[in-house]
Amino acid sequence: MDKQQILLISFGQFEQDLLQQIAAEVQAVFGIPVEVESGYADLSKFYDPARRQYDGNLLIQFIHSEYGADHRKTIGLFRVDLFIPILTYIIGQAIYKGNAGVVSVFRLKSELYGLKKDDDLLFDRFVKEIIHELGHTFGLTHCISPACVMRPSTYIEDVDQKEAAFCAKCRKKLGETR
Amino acid sequence: MTHNVSLLIVDDEESVRDSLYNWFIEDGFEVACAENAKKALSMLEAGHFDIILADIKMPGMDGMEMHRRIRTLDPDAIVIIMTAFASVETAVQALKDGAFDYITKPFDPDDLSHLIRNAARQVEMKSENEVLKSRIVSLENIEDIVGNSPEMMKVLKDVESVSQSNSSVIITGESGTGKELIARAIHSNSSRKFFPLVTVHCGALSEDLLESELFGHEKGAFTGAMFNRKGRFEIADGGTIFLDEIGTISGKMQIELLRVLESKQFVRVGGNKEIHSDFRVICATNRDLKKMVDEKAFREDLYYRLNVVNISIPPLRERAGDIQLLVDYFIKKYCNSMSRDLITIEPAALKRMEQYDFPGNVRELENMIERAIVIGNGKEIRLKDLPISTSVPVSSAESLQELEKNHIQQILDKLDWNISRSAKLLKVDRVTLYNKIKKYNLKKDKEK
Repeated sequence: MDKQQILLISFGQFEQDLLQQIAAEVQAVFGIPVEVESGYADLSKFYDPARRQYDGNLLIQFIHSEYGADHRKTIGLFRVDLFIPILTYIIGQAIYKGNAGVVSVFRLKSELYGLKKDDDLLFDRFVKEIIHELGHTFGLTHCISPACVMRPSTYIEDVDQKEAAFCAKCRKKLGETR
Repeated sequence: MTHNVSLLIVDDEESVRDSLYNWFIEDGFEVACAENAKKALSMLEAGHFDIILADIKMPGMDGMEMHRRIRTLDPDAIVIIMTAFASVETAVQALKDGAFDYITKPFDPDDLSHLIRNAARQVEMKSENEVLKSRIVSLENIEDIVGNSPEMMKVLKDVESVSQSNSSVIITGESGTGKELIARAIHSNSSRKFFPLVTVHCGALSEDLLESELFGHEKGAFTGAMFNRKGRFEIADGGTIFLDEIGTISGKMQIELLRVLESKQFVRVGGNKEIHSDFRVICATNRDLKKMVDEKAFREDLYYRLNVVNISIPPLRERAGDIQLLVDYFIKKYCNSMSRDLITIEPAALKRMEQYDFPGNVRELENMIERAIVIGNGKEIRLKDLPISTSVPVSSAESLQELEKNHIQQILDKLDWNISRSAKLLKVDRVTLYNKIKKYNLKKDKEK
């Protein structure tokens, strides 16, 4: 397999058109081919009934063991609410300088915050978080530049404030690490 | 967001350690993990960590006990206690023991980010503070006082020994000799160096203004006193107050000053509350205070209170050997500040400076060099760039012929050997000047 590749693997119902659009956006940012696949997994194994959430750490391990060896960078896309043991929730997570990560749309939906459904905004947010987690797999750390996609975003407002692109400093670093 | 901050995570649960490790690595921290307190303490013995995130419940030694040991092992480390079992008592106890903060598992991601950002900011500010402190020390270094003549070496030795004490100091010397620089050197080499050095130019203020300046005033104390204002003695708390031109203060102020120096207490103008301030006094004057005491112009008791140590700075004319060093120092200083290439000084110009008596002392020399750099040719300071009269102090042993020879040589040097202009200045015709050059065998400086 081509090592210079990104694989976005979806778990749960995602429209194929939407996934293709996401892949195109990600490809434009990183400049390397992006493939999209549908994945199948028994998510109940990752469910924590006490927290009623899915364990992000276990899901990353699953992605890494199942897909990490084939492709350079693999991001699992989910619709469920993710957590890691120490945090109440996560939007996404990746192995720093590794080749696996997860992102969920669950916390990106406006409806969760009592706002009107907005598919365009959801698409923008999802793309930003996928690029953000891929950035970590390429060795980028969080950035203080307000518009940079690598700016940490723990709240949905933080996601909306940044852009789906790297600042000049992160872009330079990305070029050095690839 | 790359930090130069190291972080140690101490938790017996592997999933917690891994989660936090990944979280902080993404933030650009240097992260290490320990599964129990014993391992964490041995890691702390081997090296320093800026922030320690410690679980409160661990098998063996718990987080609170570990925190107490960390306090003795590395008091600078910031400790954040985390627990899954929140209770007000343990939180209060952790904070009482000096923990930076306390956080309950599982954390809200935003709370954790804020907490660590604040802790990292404290670490960065602390190290920045240390850097700035060290810069302050080097800013007023004793080495910045230029001169290696025996007179200046004695002054430097006095500065060094007096810096370690809290005694009052009087610095005497002519105007422009660098009395304030010496005061700064004493302050910045003393244990008070991290507190303010407050300078008051007593000669520049009227009696009323000086009183308000030194002691401060309360709102409404006099017309125009719209706010409470701290006085210089109050601002100098912990540091040094430098009273320049002390010989100019009035009799009334002398009494007030004596009282403050004896009690270190004073009342703001218009106020009634006694204020205490811990300051050291350094005074400077270009007058002969002892003579003023004899003439009853300066209080004897105040004189002896101030004159515990006397440092006398010699005028520049008495240490001509330092002139070259000072010239080099100021050339470097002004060429750097004007972003110019370093220039030199031609021997004739330096020689003339060494013959000059500098009534304005080092200040005059400094201004002279700055001016010469500004108006000069950018390569070297020439005699004609100096605002010194070309006439050399006359030695009584010099003959009329010698005097004439030297005078013609200087005029020619100053005017770049322009014969027409030199002849005009000397009020002789060109032929006469040529004859004199031939007679005295005068040559351009470069040809000598």
